[in-house]
This record gives sequence, structure tokens and C-alpha cells, in this order.
Amino acid sequence: MGRRKREPYVRLTQPLVREAGILRPASWDEALDRAAEGFRRNIEAGGPDAFGMFSCARATNEMNYVAQKFTRAVIGTNNVDSCNRTCHAPSVAGLAKVFDSGGGTSSYQEIEDADLIVLWGSNAREAHPIFFQHVLKAVNKGAKLYVVDPRLTSTAKWAHKWLRLNVGTDIPLANAIAREIIHSGLANRSFIERGTEGFEEFAASVEEWTLPVAELETGVPAELIRELAHAYARADRAQMSWTLGITEHHNGTDNVLSLINLSLLAGQVGRYGAGLNPLRGQNNVQGGGDMGAIPDRLPGFQDVEDPAVRRAFDAVWGSSIQPRKGWNLTQMLEAMERGDMTTVYIIGENPVQSEADCEHTIKRLSNLDHVVVQDIFLTKTAQLAHVVLPASAAWCETDGTFTNSERRVQRVRKAVNAPDGARDDIELLCELARRLGHDWHYDGAEQVWDEMRALSPMHRGMSYARLADLGGIQWPCPDEDSLEPSFLHARLWETDPVKRGRPAPFSVLRHSPPVDELSTEFPLRLTTGRRLDSYNTGVQSGGFESPMRRGETLDLCPQDALDLGVVADEMVQVSSRRGAIVAPVRIDEGLRPGLAFMTFHFPDEVDVNVITIEATDPVAGTAEYKAAAIRVDKLVNL
Amino acid sequence: MDLRFLEASPSKVEKNAIDVALVGTDCGRDQLLPALHAANDAVGWISEGALNHICRRLSVPPAEAYGVATFYSLFSMQERPRKVVHVCVDLACKVNGAEALVAAQTDFVVRSPCLGVCERAPAALAVEAGGDASYLMPELPLPQLGDSSLRLLRRVGTVDPLSLDDYRAAGGYAALRNAFLLGPQGVIREVTDAKLMGRGGAAFPTGRKWAATAGQPGRPHYLVCNADESEPGTFKDRVLMEGDPFAVIEAMTVAAYATGCTRGYLYIRGEYPRAFAALTNAISVAHERGFLGSNIMGQPGFEFDVEIRRGAGAYICGEETAIFNSIEGFRGEPRSKPPFPVEKGLFGKPTVVNNVETLANVLLILTEGCQAFHQVGTPQSTGSKLFCVSGTVPKPGVYEVPFGTTLRELLELAGGVEDLRAVLLGGAAGGFLRADEIDLPLTMEDARAAGTTLGSGVVLVLDGTVDVGGFLLRIAEFFRDESCGQCVPCRIGTVRQEEALHRIVQRKGDAQDLLLLRDVGQVMRDSSICGLGQTAWNAIESAIDRLGVQL
Amino acid sequence: MTIVDIGLPRRLVEFTLDGEQVTVPEGATILSACKDMPTLCYGDTLEPANACRVCMVEVEGSRTLVPSCSRKVEPGMVVNTDTERTRHSRRLVLELLGSATDLSTTPQVADWMADVGADPARFGPDAATVAQPAKVDNVLYVRDYSKCIMCYKCVDACGDQWQNTFAIAVAGRGFDAHISTEFSAPLPDSACVYCGNCIEVCPTGALSFRREYDKRAEGTWDESAQSATTTVCTFCGVGCNLTLHVQDNEIVKVTSPHESSVTHGNLCIKGRFGWQHVQNP
Repeated sequence: MGRRKREPYVRLTQPLVREAGILRPASWDEALDRAAEGFRRNIEAGGPDAFGMFSCARATNEMNYVAQKFTRAVIGTNNVDSCNRTCHAPSVAGLAKVFDSGGGTSSYQEIEDADLIVLWGSNAREAHPIFFQHVLKAVNKGAKLYVVDPRLTSTAKWAHKWLRLNVGTDIPLANAIAREIIHSGLANRSFIERGTEGFEEFAASVEEWTLPVAELETGVPAELIRELAHAYARADRAQMSWTLGITEHHNGTDNVLSLINLSLLAGQVGRYGAGLNPLRGQNNVQGGGDMGAIPDRLPGFQDVEDPAVRRAFDAVWGSSIQPRKGWNLTQMLEAMERGDMTTVYIIGENPVQSEADCEHTIKRLSNLDHVVVQDIFLTKTAQLAHVVLPASAAWCETDGTFTNSERRVQRVRKAVNAPDGARDDIELLCELARRLGHDWHYDGAEQVWDEMRALSPMHRGMSYARLADLGGIQWPCPDEDSLEPSFLHARLWETDPVKRGRPAPFSVLRHSPPVDELSTEFPLRLTTGRRLDSYNTGVQSGGFESPMRRGETLDLCPQDALDLGVVADEMVQVSSRRGAIVAPVRIDEGLRPGLAFMTFHFPDEVDVNVITIEATDPVAGTAEYKAAAIRVDKLVNL
Repeated sequence: MDLRFLEASPSKVEKNAIDVALVGTDCGRDQLLPALHAANDAVGWISEGALNHICRRLSVPPAEAYGVATFYSLFSMQERPRKVVHVCVDLACKVNGAEALVAAQTDFVVRSPCLGVCERAPAALAVEAGGDASYLMPELPLPQLGDSSLRLLRRVGTVDPLSLDDYRAAGGYAALRNAFLLGPQGVIREVTDAKLMGRGGAAFPTGRKWAATAGQPGRPHYLVCNADESEPGTFKDRVLMEGDPFAVIEAMTVAAYATGCTRGYLYIRGEYPRAFAALTNAISVAHERGFLGSNIMGQPGFEFDVEIRRGAGAYICGEETAIFNSIEGFRGEPRSKPPFPVEKGLFGKPTVVNNVETLANVLLILTEGCQAFHQVGTPQSTGSKLFCVSGTVPKPGVYEVPFGTTLRELLELAGGVEDLRAVLLGGAAGGFLRADEIDLPLTMEDARAAGTTLGSGVVLVLDGTVDVGGFLLRIAEFFRDESCGQCVPCRIGTVRQEEALHRIVQRKGDAQDLLLLRDVGQVMRDSSICGLGQTAWNAIESAIDRLGVQL
Repeated sequence: MTIVDIGLPRRLVEFTLDGEQVTVPEGATILSACKDMPTLCYGDTLEPANACRVCMVEVEGSRTLVPSCSRKVEPGMVVNTDTERTRHSRRLVLELLGSATDLSTTPQVADWMADVGADPARFGPDAATVAQPAKVDNVLYVRDYSKCIMCYKCVDACGDQWQNTFAIAVAGRGFDAHISTEFSAPLPDSACVYCGNCIEVCPTGALSFRREYDKRAEGTWDESAQSATTTVCTFCGVGCNLTLHVQDNEIVKVTSPHESSVTHGNLCIKGRFGWQHVQNP
């Protein structure tokens, strides 16, 4: 069986509409009319909540602002979400629960100035290479690096100490570290008393996680757990960063909270150089959430259930925003299955290939009466649509802003013209709004931005001119005359309780092992991740040739390969409780027996999300991509 | 580090040799040079597999290790015969039949820069992979052997260089005992008042260097004994190390005590197998007997160890900052100064670098006192000096004479020269003297006044039979070969200097070439990073201006 | 511990530069106080390599000229940048470089040469050069070492100053010194991760993007017709600044602003090369 080599995707330059089951070219008017008409039909039939918006974490803040405004003001629902659900929603949920703000707390410069850096479930060397340069600056200056990861990644190879934990045992490890900090008298009493609450209950809850118990559960030697606990608590400035190894679990939010607990315990947050930083996976996943393209927040991360907030927006938008939060992406998919949601507007997202258990996702989308996809490519998702609208590429064909992992809002500028036939996202949203009775028009992205920052206190001081002059500005930036410190939550260190505000709560967390249990039938643990030269489902990164790219592989440790009787490059069948795929074997000495690894960069060759599990985090809705139970079989020669 | 390696494995022999070399070390980057030596010694070259193994053991990126290995001429990156004969084709050997010796070889020949055995020119060193290195020339005793006026050389040829007891019976370790009585400050005072100047070529006052290092707050302090004697025509340090190795170790211990060092490195050039063996033995015996390590000679709290490092064929590593890079496992490229070594030297720490002969003088100062030391030499150039007399001279060899002895007297000691054409004083980086200038008293100050330098003590004699053009061309070749390549003036300038000289010697040059030589010489002197480039034009300039060589 | 970073108090240092009193922060280099000082090996994001010796100046009391790029200003220092000696040095350095290296794509160097009257041809037609065929061993970039002046910047960018990949190093010695992978292995066999950060700092065009190299070869590379627009990378969430160089509405090259606090001029393979998807027809 040969490997399929995929041709790069080519740009969409003509609107498409579905007729007699197939997509055919159409004029812009026809396509836009059909798109609008379909939305109207479904809302009339099922109410505004029959509509769902999948906004785009890769598009500008301005486009996300207009997309959520379209959802809330034109359609009248809060059912708007974006792919942050598939990665960092637990980070936002966890940080917001504790600190009332969903962003990473520190700046990249502070990483360089830290004394200790913990990367937990993050292969930053490959997934966030330029962030990792800041880490290496610190390391080369003498900072200590600890990496917590089941695999010996290229990131882990840089660590002074690597903690190889079993997949899905993050909470036991964090709790054991917490217990050790407390029992060694290293808990930061000043900070705990000033800035936190719930310490006693928390301390009691981690009591069961003694070092020996944790070693047994996590696979990390007790001595290493102890060492990290002491190093983290003793450091003057410690940084904790994580990526999808923490969030892509059925209990991702709890995982995030378990790390936040450690920062509260050791007072490693709210100061220059000490902080908590989720490394965001997409160029504007931070901004998408900040702009309100999530079901529970309005622009500026303002609570949709707060009447005063809604009033402010309604006054400007002339709308009447629903007083309750909408469905998140996972809930929308479930609503589709139930038949409660019958139409979606998908902008620049590819859920058919990015969602766990993708066969299931295809079935759900196929249920819908009306699917509109706005994208630069005819993705697998677009191929299911009723109307396809060719869009422009945000990062180089439009003006606007993105917000990065350090909360820095930076200018995006149009460098090339979109190909003939492709149109600007905001322009298309306005076209549809007009067809649905709202006479929207924006003279460029800056006008959108100025409307937004008038409504969002944390963005208010960020004029385009200022963003250009200062090389971007980190939020919050409430006024045009000053800049805030580069880190968040200094208030928690204030001596005056009024200035301190709401204390940060410790979270009591219970260990919950991966849902997809290992069994004799599915004895191997499969975890997923990224490689340096590829990106997500490969739609963009597949567009250029990389001398390093080797395509999808099933990575096994030498011992497992030996036991299975398979060799490098041999095609094998990889099955889970949900499906089976075929992939070539690659030997990776950085894995341990029982642990296998695949990326998800080449779904057109090997669709890994056929076998991943959809078990989702109850708070954030993120799926457990990081832990599937699989078996590997030799192919039978026919 | 997430290093990536080419697909190649070491042979059993290579792997074993490398692993043995790393036993007892912390497998740091600074073990790179020893590990490369181990592989090269074992099989005669450094294969991809051997380099991979070294890099894995030391966590060094392969590209960097390759860059380091290719810096040194003693390492081969291609497979070659197990037996290699290094035939010296440099200055003293060139005028003594080096080319005939090359032609006479049946083994694989490597044309070598100065091997530092100029008294036995033409010189050749046979090296067998997995075996020993041996000189192909007959032995030659010290010319002044038995002369009771010898001070620095008094033990050379009269004591067993392998025996610590023999050394002690001949006055060894009396200086260190006195040093402990004087205390560190007292030692520095004696050395300062003795007006001891460095004997490696730069003539910097040793006492000042020591005081500056001792006063640095950074810790640890390091001591480096510069035994990378590579200036063509220089071989005095070899004679001291081969004949009186314990003196080098004792003197290093004194220096370390005075300057607050707990660790010393003895960097010896790779072409000195016999001196290396003698010093390796001396270090190990001294350690066994408590003259290195902790509580040396019962001195509480004083601790000192010496690690020996073998160079691998690079003149530039004798430069005082290049030697740091070489020890640390980097390419032996000089560093920009400031910062100076006393402030930021080896491993970025305060470091004192002393030449072997300089250190040997310290023992005299501490045993006889600075005032007695003054009695020898001139008021400004105190003590005696070793001169390396070679070339067309009847009795070549190392001579110890008091500063102030004239060049004529020295030449007479060496058997006199008929038909003297010129003397190259100070080495390739030095300058020529005419036959009518040899009444020059050999002191630092007289040399300076005469517009020349004693340098490292080279006295290379040229009689009327010598082809001066070819000799100059060899000097130019030497600098071209030995330029590290770091800075433009030296990397390209030494090539242009050689090209122009070549044209001139072959009578294809014109007046433009002379202007070109002066222009290139000036930019090398003004703008090179280190002394190599800054002096690469000295000898040629003096040949033109002083010797009146018609080019 | 302070909650907010208070930084280090900085002293000021006064010195004489070309006859004028100048004040700079302690630790500043002479170069930082000079206007329009020519230099090739100095990189605004890198430690000074001190290799090219184009920026040499005269400091009173110093036996040799000193490199302004790395020499820190000391109180009372007297510095002259334009003397007979410095001009001689600059002329010779440029002549030496020009005689050995193809400087045809090195910006500004022709002006500097004219300014000091440099004549690289004076060393004659037989002068040794580093001319050699360009290394084209991968689809993303080209190494044309005929243009390499050994400034060390690519090695420093690949090494511990930024990328920490260490795919290349200086190998050999003297005039034979060159930039190399281990055993001159082709880039695809080396540790190279195609971040292109070496190209970003190369001052002579010895390292170039394959697209640029091909377009130059076919005669369609036209810098005067190119625009440069700074935007933000579309891949991960780090937010790297990209400067897109566009010719005829086609992205032909990507660089990154050196002053960006996110990238300091560095990118990864995706940022540097991952733009083709928007223009696959």
C-alpha cells in the first residue's frame, strides 16, 4: 500500500453553491443571497439558537469582533465560538476562574529574566520556536529549565531535569509538588495570606499525594518531584508555561488549575518575572477570545451575563443581546446531533479535520440544513457546505490586529492583494448583515477597531498609531497616555485589601485518569503533538516544501517495535475503539514502552482524528487528543 | 541540547580510546581537545563515527566539533596511513636540508611548521597510530652541559627528569617552601622587585601581572602555563620541560599560591611528545607524593591541581587568549582585548598566563632572593636568558647567558660563524640584524633601542649560503598557514603578502609590489586582532629596510 | 524582590569623538556613538564578532587601531574616526575583502570603496579568492560562499546567541577558514531546521532564499520594484513579526524586524517559508 502524497491546496477564487448535491460556481450575489436566505430560513424555523458561528482564531481581532457582533446583533444568539475550544479553552477557563482574566500573565522578556522555567506538556522547541528562543536566552544566562512531558521531546532534551510522567497524571504530579512545598515549609505565606483563599482545604486535599504515592501513579521518581517542588518554591522568579499537553484532556481545565495552584502556593505570579503562561497555538486564538468570539464573553472579556455590560453594547449596536451564554463549539456539535442547531456559519475553520473523532463530526455537519463556509481553501469542511465564500488571507491580505500569547496586540498589514475573486471577511459579514436587514458598513479595519476599543476598557488606549509606534501593546491598556506593567495581577500583592480585590482561589482537584482506558485489546497509549515544520491540519504548512518533512508516522519506542515485530517505515494498522487508520512506523528513542505518538498534520494522508477520542472537558469543552487507547497490527499481505 | 548527528558509528578502537580519555572527567566541553587527540592517536585520523561519539559524550554540536578539529593541523579528517612522518620544513630546517629529508622518506610525509627541535635540524617526528611518537634525529646534549654558571638550565641533563627525589636532591621544592614562608603577597613582592619580565616574547612585568590577578574579586582564579612554544626557531621551553619537568610544576605551584589559583593548566604544544611524557609523569608523581592536590607540603588550606593539555598543531594557540579558547574546547582564535586575561580569562575568570621560562626564573628568585637575582643581567633586564641558537652555526642549541651578553659573544659560544649574512632575532615575528650589528648587547632595552626585539630568544643564523628570498618566502608562508582566519587583515593580508613576495622572489614583481607589501603590512599591524597579524610583516619589513635585501 | 522590575541604575560616560565631547551610557560601544560608521560583521542583534575590521578607529594611547563595534567607551577616551591611519586601514581592508570575495550583492560596499579610493584589483589577476560553486542542496535556501566574508554572523545566529541549533560552524583555518556543517554534509543531513535566521543576518548575500537566488538567476529579481510590509505570522500564537517583501503581488522573501521584542529578527521555518499557501494558484 503506497502513501498518498497530497497536492497543496489552491486558493478559492469563486463562490460555490450546492445544487443537486454538488458544489457549482456561482456569482457573488447568488452565493450571498443563498447564504443569507438559508440563515433566515433556519432562524425562522428554530429561533436564533438554531444558528451557530465558528469564528476564526487565525483571522484578525477586527474580523472576530464583527463575526461575534453579527452573531449577537444580527442573528440574536450567543452561539459563537472558535477553535480555541480544541486547544486552549481550558487555559482561558482556568485563568479566568482564578484571576478573572484569561490571558497569560507575563511577557516574553520576563521569561528571559526568570531564574527558573517550567515547561509542562509543551514541546515549545518545535511548536513555539521563537518563544523557546526566549527560554534559551534565560537558560544560557543561567536559569534552570524543567520539562514535564511523557516524551523526550527536543524541548525536554534542553532541560536540566526532565520529568517523564505517565499521560494523564498531571494532577497527581502537581498535587504531589504542592504537598512537598507545603511540608517543606516553602509555601509563600505572605502571598497566600494576602492574595489567595481556600488554602486550608487545598492543603488538606493534596495530603494523599505523598511522594511515593505520586511516583507510583505518575511514573516520575519521587526525588525528581521533590527537586522540582523545591526549585520552583525557592526560585526568586519562576515561570510556568504549558501547552496542549495540559489542555487537551477530558479534564483540561482541572489540569490548568493544578498548575495555577502551584503558582499561588509559591507566590510565583503577579510579579515581574514570575508568572503563568499558556502558549497559544494559533496566531490569534488569544484575540478571538478577547474579541468576544466565545459564547460567554463580550469584547474585552466582559461577561455576557452582566446586564450593565450588555446595556453598553446594546446602546452602541442597537441590539438586544441574549442575557445568557451561548453554546460552545462542543455543545454546538452536540446540538447539531440533537437537531437543535440546524445552520452554521464557519469562517476559516476546518472542524472536519481538526475535531477529535472526525467521522462523528462529518455526520453531525451532514445533518444540517444550511452550512456556509468562508475560507481561502476548499477544505474538507468546505466540501460539505451549501455555500462556499472565497475569503482573503488575514495575515497578509488584510489590515487589522492579532493578539499573541503575551497579550501583545500587534498590527497586521495588507502586503499583497487577495487573488481576484476572493473577498475580505469583514466585507462579506457586512454583505450578509445587510441582506438580513442591518445596514452595516466599515471603512476599513481601523474603524472596526475604534468601535471595539470604545467598548472594551482593556483595549481602549491602543490606537493604530500607538500600536505601530510601540511595536504592539500588551493588554490591559486602558488609556492612550500610559502603559501598564508587562505582567498581570500585581494587585494580589497589595497590602491594602481594597486594592487587592478578589483573592485568587485555590482549587481542590481530583485525579481523573484518561477516559479511553487501556485494555488487552487496546494496550498502547497514543498521544499527539506537532512537528517543527508543520502546522495543525497542514492546510497552510502543506503549501511549502520542507526538507525536514517526513509525513505522518506512528512513532514507537524500539522495544515496542520489537515486541510488535514491526520495523521502521513498515505500514501498520492503528486502531482505537472508534476506528482504524494505516500509517508507517517510525522509531523514536524518546518514547517509553507503551507510549505511541502521532501528529495531526497530514489528515489527507492519514487521518489521525479517526482514532482520537472525543471525551471532552466539562468546563471548556476541549477533547482528549492527548490520550487515546490504541492497538497496532501488522498489515496482512493480500 | 537537541543535537542531531550524521549516521555514523565509531569503531570499537575509536570508542574505547575516547571513553578511556574521558574517564574521571566531567565530560565538559573543555574535554573536546583531549577527546579529539584520543581518536586521532588511536587510528591516525578522526572519522565521522569517532566525532559523533565524542559529541554525544560531551554534548557538543557536531558542526562545532568539526570546526574545532579542522582548526588543528595535527588532526586529519581523512583516513591516512597509520604511520606519518612530520618533516619540519621551517626556517632552521630549511637552511639545513629539510627538502632532502622530505625526499628521503618512504613513509607518508606531512610537511610541518617548526617542530621546535631546531638544534638538530633537519628535524622529523614519526608518529604511529596507536603507538608512540619518536624523533628521527640523533640525540644532542646541552652545549653548555656541566657549566657551573648555569642557573635555569642547571638541572637539565644532570638530574633524572622522571625522579621527584632526584629533583628534590638538586634543590627542588625549596622555592615553594620559601613561598609559603613569604605568603602570597610576599611572593609577589619578591617577583616584582626582581623585575622579572615575561620570557614568552612580550616582556610584560610578571609581578604586575600576578598582583593584578591576585587582586581580582572574581573566583576561581586560573593559572595557565603557556608551553605552546611554536615561534619558528624556538625550543628553549622544550629543553626545560624535557630536562627539568618538576621545576615547571613547582613553579606553577608557586605562581598559583601567589595569585590565588586552585587550578592550573599546562598547555603544551602537540609536537613535543617527550616533554609531554616528562610532564605527565611529573604531575602524576607530584600528585602521588602530595606536591599537588590539597594541603601541599602541609600548607593548610592551599589546594592546587594541574591539568595538562596538549595542543594539536596551531601556532596561534600560543597567543594568551587563543590558548583559553583552545583549552575550553573552542577554536583557538584570539579574543578581543579588553577585557584582559587578568580580569576575564580562562572560562571567563581571572587568569594568569606565564611562559615556562618565566616560571623557571621564579624558582631562582625565591631561593636566592630578588637582590641576588638582580646581580645577574643588567639593571633593567635582570637575570639570565635562554637563547635558541640555530641555523648555519657549528654548535646549535639552547644557551643560557646573562642579559647584556652581546650577540657576538653568544655566537662565539656557539662556535662562531664564518661569512655571516644576517641573524633573525626573535623569530618569525622578530627582525633581522646585519653582520655589522652583532655587537648588540642582548637586553630588552638595547633590542628595543635598536628597533628590534629579543622575542622568544630566537637567534637564527644565516650565512652567505642561504637563499634569503626563499627564507623570507617561508616566513610569509608560515604566517599564511598559521593565521587563524578570524580577522580580514591577517586572513587575506598574509595571503597577499606571500603572493607579492613570491612575485618579487621570482623576479616577476615591480615597484607596485613593494608598495603593496608595505600597505598590506601596515594594515596587518594596525588592524589585526592579535599579535600574529600585527607582527606578520615585521621580519619581511626588516629584511627590506635593515638588510637592504634587494627584492 | 520587587513586584515591578526596577532595572539597573545606569551611569553616563563622557569622551571625545572627533574633537567633540560626547556622553553615552556606561557600557556603550564607540560604534553606538558614531554616525554612519561602515561595518560588515556588526549585527544589531548579535555580539560583536570583531572580524571584518572595517570599523577601526584611532584611540589615543592605543598602539593599534581599535574596533569601534566592540570597544566600550571609557571616560576621557579620545577617539578619532577619520584619520589618515583609519582611512588607510579601511581602504586596505576593503581592498583585501574585494580581492578575495564577490561583493556584488553587498549593500553599500561600493560607496565605501569609492569613499576611500579602494582598488581591489591591485593584487593582480592571480590573487587567491574564495570563488566556488554555490551550494544548492535543498529547496529553501542557497549558500554561495564565493560571497562569504567570514563575518561569523550566521554561525552566531545559528548558535547560542539565538537559534541554538548549531548546524554550522567555522571550519578550517586562515584563508581556508569557511562556514561548514560537520564533514561538509549537505544541509538536509545536518542539524539545520531552516529557520533562515542565518540569512537574516548575512551581510553579503552569500546566504539567500532559493526564491531570490532563482529569480536573480533568471534576471527577474528587482528590489526597486519590491515593497516591504510588516505584519504578523499566521502560524502559532507567539506573534512573530514578519516583513513581507512583495514583487508583482508575489511574496518573494520574508524577514523580521530586528527591533521586534518578540522575534529580534528571528523566525522559524513556518514564518520564514510558510507563506506559499496564499499564492498557490
